[in-house]
Order: sequence, then C-alpha cells, then structure tokens
Amino acid sequence: MKRTAIVLAAVLLAAAGCSNSGNSNGGGSSADTPGVTDSEIVVGTHMPLTGPAAAGYSKIAPATKAYFDYVNANGGVHGRKITYKIMDDGYNPANTQQVVRQLVLQDKVFAILNGLGTPTHSGVLDFLKTNRVPDLFVASGSRSWNQPDKYPGTFGFNPDYTVEGKILATHVKEKHSGKKVCFLGQDDDFGRDSLAGIEKILGPVAAKQSYVTSNPNVGPQMGALKAAGCQVVMLATVPGFTALSIGTAAKIGFKPQFVVSNVGSDPTTLAKTLGAAAPLLEGVVAANYLPLATDTANPWIQLYSKVNTQYNANAELDNNVVYGMSVAYLFVQSLQSAGKDLTRDGVIEAVKKGGFTGPGLVPVRYSASDHSGYGGEQLTTIKGGKAEYFGDAYRTDDADGAVEVYKTAAVAPPANGIPAA
Amino acid sequence: MTVVRDRVATRIASPPMHRRLSPLLVVVIGAAIVVALTYTLPPFRTYQLATVGAYLCVTAGLTVLTGLNGQLSLGHGALMATGAYTLALWQNKFNLLAVGIVVAILVTTAVGAVIGLAAARLRGPYLAGLTLAVAVVVPSIASTFDGTFNSDQGLSVILNPPPDTMTVEQWQAWVCWGGALLTVLALALLTRGRFGRDMRAVRDDETAARLAGISIARTQVTAFVVSAACAGLAGALFAVIAQSVSPGAFPLTLSLFLVMAIVIGGLGRLTGALIGALLLVALPAVAHEIGEAAGSQRLEGNLALTFFGVVLVVVMLAAPGGLASLRIPLKKKGQR
Amino acid sequence: MDRFLFLTFDGLSRGAVYAAFALALVLIWRATRIVNFAQGAMAVATAYVAYSVADATGSYWLGFIVALVAGLLLGAGVERVVMRFVDHSSPLNGVVVALGLVLIIQGVLGMIYGNEFRPATAPFSRDAFDIGGVALLSRYDLFVFAAVGAVVVLLTLLFTRTSTGLRMRAAAFAPDVSRLLGVPVGGMLTLGWALAAAVGSLAGMLVLPTELGLHPTAMDIVFISAFTAAVVGGLDSPIGSVLGGLMVGLLLSYISGYLGATVAPMAVLALLVVVLLSRPDGLFARSKARTA
Repeated sequence: MKRTAIVLAAVLLAAAGCSNSGNSNGGGSSADTPGVTDSEIVVGTHMPLTGPAAAGYSKIAPATKAYFDYVNANGGVHGRKITYKIMDDGYNPANTQQVVRQLVLQDKVFAILNGLGTPTHSGVLDFLKTNRVPDLFVASGSRSWNQPDKYPGTFGFNPDYTVEGKILATHVKEKHSGKKVCFLGQDDDFGRDSLAGIEKILGPVAAKQSYVTSNPNVGPQMGALKAAGCQVVMLATVPGFTALSIGTAAKIGFKPQFVVSNVGSDPTTLAKTLGAAAPLLEGVVAANYLPLATDTANPWIQLYSKVNTQYNANAELDNNVVYGMSVAYLFVQSLQSAGKDLTRDGVIEAVKKGGFTGPGLVPVRYSASDHSGYGGEQLTTIKGGKAEYFGDAYRTDDADGAVEVYKTAAVAPPANGIPAA
Repeated sequence: MTVVRDRVATRIASPPMHRRLSPLLVVVIGAAIVVALTYTLPPFRTYQLATVGAYLCVTAGLTVLTGLNGQLSLGHGALMATGAYTLALWQNKFNLLAVGIVVAILVTTAVGAVIGLAAARLRGPYLAGLTLAVAVVVPSIASTFDGTFNSDQGLSVILNPPPDTMTVEQWQAWVCWGGALLTVLALALLTRGRFGRDMRAVRDDETAARLAGISIARTQVTAFVVSAACAGLAGALFAVIAQSVSPGAFPLTLSLFLVMAIVIGGLGRLTGALIGALLLVALPAVAHEIGEAAGSQRLEGNLALTFFGVVLVVVMLAAPGGLASLRIPLKKKGQR
Repeated sequence: MDRFLFLTFDGLSRGAVYAAFALALVLIWRATRIVNFAQGAMAVATAYVAYSVADATGSYWLGFIVALVAGLLLGAGVERVVMRFVDHSSPLNGVVVALGLVLIIQGVLGMIYGNEFRPATAPFSRDAFDIGGVALLSRYDLFVFAAVGAVVVLLTLLFTRTSTGLRMRAAAFAPDVSRLLGVPVGGMLTLGWALAAAVGSLAGMLVLPTELGLHPTAMDIVFISAFTAAVVGGLDSPIGSVLGGLMVGLLLSYISGYLGATVAPMAVLALLVVVLLSRPDGLFARSKARTA
C-alpha cells in the first residue's frame, strides 16, 4: 500500500508538472476571445480519420484545411490566418468527448467547425454550449443541430435527412409510380429521419430493413428485400454499406433501382470499395447540393481543383473534397461577415443573419429561428462512372411542407476565390 | 511467473504487522492529493485526471480477478457498458445521480454473477473466448433492443449542473476519484482478508484449495462478481464524464486495453492497476502529440495501439510481474 | 422454401470459411495448448500483403500464393520469435501475448495502409447461378468450397500418411518422448504454427471479399465465429472443427435471415455458452478432454 501511495503521489505530481505546458499556449492577450489573436484564428474539428466510418470522410478535413491555407496565403481574413486543428475521434463518441475537450480547454479554439457524425457530435452539444463555443456547420444531417432555443451556438450544414428523404421520394413517386418501394437504412437518426421523409411522400414502404456499422454483412437484409419483391430500394447508408448493399444484391441476382442518400453516394468512394464490381453503380440515383467533383466546367470545381493542387497535395478530387472546401468557404464568409472585431457571439450573430451565397445549388437557411443548413437537393444519376445532375433542384422542410422546385441559378465564385468582407 | 506472483502476492497481502501503511491512510492521502490537483491543474488536465479515476475502478477490479484469482476476462468492456447504459437509462428517467450509480453497480453485479457462474466452470482460453464473445455482443444488443438502447447512436445522459462553486471538470474529477478510492479501499481490505487468501489458493492449486475446504466455484464466482461491480461503477462514471453512452464507446479494443493495462502494471497489484489506468490516458495523448509532430494522421491511434502491443508482449516475456515489480518504479513513472 | 435454400447455401459458404479458420486454431491448440487469439490479425496482415502484390502485378493469383507463403512465414516467425519464449506455467500467458500481437499487427497495418476499408476483390464472379429460378451459389462460393475442401484433404493426408505429419503429432502429444526418439520437437512446433497460419491466411483471403473489404480489424468477428466453431467441434478435433464451422455458418445464416442480422452475434454467444457448459469437450468429442 505504501508503494501505491508513493506511485500515486509521484504520478499526480508529474501530471501537475506537465500541466503548465498545456496552459501557456492558450488564448491571446489582445482580445478576450479564446483562439483569436491579431494574426491568427484557431479552429478545431473532430473527424473519423480511422475506423469503419473513415472511408471517404477522412478526406474532408484536409480539404477544409487546404482551402484555409489558400486563404491564408492570400492574406487571411481581416489579416488573421486560420489554423485548423483536426482531431481523430474514430467515430467513437467517447473519443469525441476527449478530443473536443482537448480542443476547447487545452488548445483554446475559437470554434468547433464541421464536427462529423450524429452519435459523436450529439455528445458534445452540452459541453460546447456550457463553454459558449460556436459549433458551426456540423457535418451530419440530423435535425438535432437545429434547436436554436436549446443550443443557440450550434448550426448544421447538410440538408437534413428528412428533407433529403422527401426529395428522393418525390423522384420515386414521379418516375417509379406503382412500383414496390423498399428501404434499407442505418439504425440511427440517419436511417429513421430519412425513412420519415420518404414515408411523408410515399406512404408506408413495402419493406424496411436496417443495419448497424458493426456488422459488415447485409446478406440477410438484401435477401429479405428480394423476397419481398422490391423494385425500388432506397438506401440511407454510409458509403461502405452502400457499396456492400449493391454488391450483395447483385450476388443474389437482385437488381432493383437503387436510390441512395447523398451521405453514401460519392461515386469515387463507392467505385473504390466495389473494385471490379463498380459497373453495378450505373444508373444509381442519388442527390447532392454542391457542385459535382467530376463537373470540370463548373467554376467552383475549377477553383477547388486549383486549391487542391496547390494546398492539398493534389489529393484525388472527389465529392468529399468538394464538401470540405465548401465548408471552409462558408466559414470564411461567416468570418468576413462577423467583421474585424471577432468574438464568439459576433460570429454566431453573423451566421444567424445568413444571406450567404456560395457553391450550393440551393441557399443555406440560417436565420434566428432556423439553424439547419442547406434546404434542398438536386437528383443525380451515375453514368459512365460519374454522377450527373438531372431535373431541377428541390427545396422543402422537415415537416409537411411541399417539395418545390428551386429555379435560381447558382452564383459563380469571386474572381480571387475568396469571399469578400 | 508463479514465483514472482507469489512474491507480489505476499507483498500486497501480508498481514498488517509488517509495518505497511493502512489502506485507509493511503486513500485519505490520495483524496487529499486529488483535491489539491483539481485546484491547481488546468481544466483539460483535470478532465484527464477524472478519466484516470474512472479507469482505475475497472483496472483495480480486473487485476484482482485476473492476478489474484487467475481468471482472464476479455469482457469487462461489456460489463462497463452495462453500468453505463443502466446509469443513462436511470438518469433519463429519474435524474438522481447518486442512486443511479448504485443501481448501475447492482445491475452490473447481477450480470457479472450470471457470467461468473458460467466462467467458474471454464479455464484459460475457454474463459477468454467466452468473455471475448461477451465483449462483441454489446452493439448487437444495443441494436436489437433499439427501442431502449437506441442502437449505434446510443443515449445521452441527463445530468444536473455541478454546484456553482466548482467547475464541471473539478466535479467530474471528484466524483470519479471518489468512486476510484472507495473501490481501491474496498478491494485492498477484501484481498487482505480470508477472501484474498482463498482466491490465491484457488489460483495456485485448485486441488490443494479444495482439500483445504475452500469452495472453488464460490470463490471464483465471488471474484468475478466483485470485479464486475467495479466495472459497473467504472462504466457509470464514464457515462457521467462523457454525458453519453453508445456501443462505440465500449469496443473490443477497450477490453483488450484493460487487460493490457493490468498486465503492464503488474497482475494482482493495485499499484499496477493505477499505473495501467494512467497509461490508458497518457499513452494515447502522447501518441497524438507524436502523430501531430510527425504530421501523419495514420500514426495517431495506431502508434498507441502498437506501443501497447509491444509493451504487452515484452512485459509478458521479460517481466511477467509487470512494471510495478521492477525495482525502480519512480523512474518509470517520471515519463508519465 | 427458396429463401430457406438460399440461406442454407449462403450459410454453408460462410461456414466453410469458419471451418478453415477453426481448423487453424485447432492445429495450434493441439500442438501447443495455446488458442491463437492473434489468428485473425495475422490473416488480415497476410491479406494486406497479398492485395498489395495483386495491385502491383495485376494478378490476383500471384497475390493469393503470396498470402499463403506470407502466412507460412508469419506463423513460423511468431512461433520462433515470440511464442517459444512464453512461460506456459499459466494458460493466461499465451492468451495475453497473443492479444499483444493483435494490437501490434493492427497498429502496424493501420500505420502502413491507413484505417480505411480497402477493396478486396474476388477472383470469381459473386453473381449467383440461377438454378430453377433460385439464386443459390456463385462461382465464388464454389471456389470457397473447393479451396477449403482441398485444405482439409491435404491436412488429413499430411497427418495420417506422411512421416512429417506423424512427427508433428508425436511432438505435440508427447514432446519429451519424441525428443528422446530424435524428433526435432522445436522444428515441428514451428512447422505447425506455419501451417496453421497459412490455413488462417487462406480463410482470410476467402472471407474478406464477402465483407466490407480490407481493414485491420476486419477479422475480429470472424475470429469469434471461428472460435465458437472450434469449441463446438472440440478444440482437439480437426474434423469436429470443420463440422463446427459449417454448423456455425448455418446457424448464423438462418438467424440473420429469419430473425435479423443484429441478433446473430447474440446467437453465437448463446451457442458458445450452451456448448461450453453442457459439452465442454465439444459436441463430437469422444475422449474426456482436459480443461486447460
């Protein structure tokens, strides 16, 4: 026991010793705002860089960082350079707790930007609220981010899954009327919200199945959908499971029309996972709300491509890279709008004021009473291994509002690629 | 190995006449140090301190089970999940934390008794395999009964804000270390007494123990139940720290890490459990810093993993008594 | 009925892989009284090597052969460098060392290849033939059956018809006597580990294309199923492990198909508990086996 005491004491004192180093690199002295000095803004994020959910998603944060580096090289925002701290949480909520605390308490970040994942990010909402940290553009389509009264500093980015479900279902209703429509979804808010949106438009689906990411075998589910005679299968799946579902269906001779959530539809990621079976992706319908990585004529893609070459080690330009840079663009817009005297409340007010136009096909919805991100999507189909937009962009809400066509054309990026103040 | 462990065992459990500090005194000193630290450390370190406390609960229980009683459990991650989910469900219904922690311990104890009854009939790799299967069944249960456990997404935990006089992190550290020190005290007293002797007798020679009138099965089940209770407490404390529970927080790797922690620290020693708990928090943090310095994200989680593995193998081959059995413990600790 | 047939064939196909994997566990258990908890990680490691070779050369079959060779080398290496020095006075030690190897292998693979899923392509089409309007088996399933069948036959021949096989059995069951009789016991142990690891690699190569793909932890669940299969068959019985593998495969397939995929791991646990508590020597054991 004496030994225990000595060890305990030694260890705790050692911990106390190391602690000072953690203290010194904190907030600047010039302003009271943590993470902001006259020359720097420190922002953090949590992302799955490892683990089963990392497929594709691990490319987002480096792309965001690359765009920030581009902005920094062009003088930064109001003279401040943006430092982006990327923490790996492996899509494990316990790790998210740890890394977000490290970002906020030790690294003293100004804001958390684009933290990814519903189960992971849900756990830190209260912590971020207590510490009054702006929690901007969460990378998930859960409706939890849109609770202005409960979480005044939290804003979503993705169209929520119900909105998406309604839009995908509208397509199915128009193009596949009378067919047997079935559903396979992730067993969480993603799957449930998506199904809710689908059923708002189509009524009850003929068969529904769910999967969990910890069990990489969807044979039984696809077998059940085949047995139910499904002609259209709507997937609310992450990329790995989209590929697995499509591959498994082919294996059992089941070839329905697949309609896939944006979250799990990046063709580059899917083709890589399917390998030789990639041709199965032809004709798969999905939706998106940002320019498509393969649309080289799009001025946004040209901008992102330039940034990608210069600052992202020329990583393969896929929709995850487009996503990451679009997040960065929106954040820079918010900082510009918040003005030179940057505070945490200031940036939240700026986002609430809204009015941002950018790469999205439909506008972001931010207002005092609405903290959800993009409000709609346009359908895509995969042709020759590439996704292509077709039809019109749609907008709707997560309640019973109508799904309406949105006609306004997207804006072009500013000449220097950086939003003006 | 046996020789070393016997030496170890005698040292921990020799009767008080050998001039060792009373466990109560150690716990009181420990509490004083923790309280002092919570007022001097910056918030993030305090949070890490709280995490060490929560880990200490489970490693202390596990080291008694494995080190003193010879049963290897790879399923303690699942027992922690039991405690954590119980606390979450309780809090979201009644919001009475103190009672909730007790309920979490009781429920986990009950689950531990069931597993322990099966475990008492199994030895070595059979037991390891069974508990391994228990460890991987957590996500399956959470999604089969998703109405209660909400599948992969898990539950959030409702907590009242701490008293105004302290920060959240201080409060977390106090709660966790309160639990940890009580656990250590209880285990120290327990293993010094008759029960501790029974456990070691069963571990070393079942036949001899039986001849001496010790009920093998009862001793083993009791040991499992005790360590399950500790795991339940740890799980509940983790739920409090994280304010959420989900299957992802209790993966197979967690169970493996726990085994690693007690082996490195020295099986059967509460000191070893403390070292192990510290390593569980410190090593990933160090690995993160190395990874960041090297600018490689692939290094991050994997560096810690590899290091844990290497240390585990080397310790098992070279010093089965664990780090705590080495003669110069302070030097080892200086590296935190 | 169609569905039942489909689930049966799907279960047998997966079961064949579990059987091969269980066989690898049994080989090592018989030789060293260690359950090789690192088997899954070792198989994944060789699969990574195989797919690296296949990607570089464009030949799946070259990669396949490399996987088996890498399995032989890795198995021999693990035995020579690590397992030989484990103190066997407590059965815990072997398990703990194997778990350490799991962490090392998974960590190193993650550092080299990253922790994302990489595609694991199948050498044959996984599209099922339609037989009387029911999609039952794919070419790939036939390949799996053929490969596992070949392994079982070859191992049986090795252990019953060759002097090396006899020496290996002797070294495992009576090391001291064998040593007196001039059998190189150490060498036989190494050979046993090498063979077992190669069989494990084969199982890994067969199962990975049917799941999400290559990932450092891809075999964790497969390991549990295979361990269950080995226990069901009795850890001492190679034939038992093959039958156990097929049983576990069928059980998982029926349970997933009729009750839902999420129930499957619980079914494995339940089977393991029932077998361990009622027939700890395995369903097919004749002799009274030891407990540790």
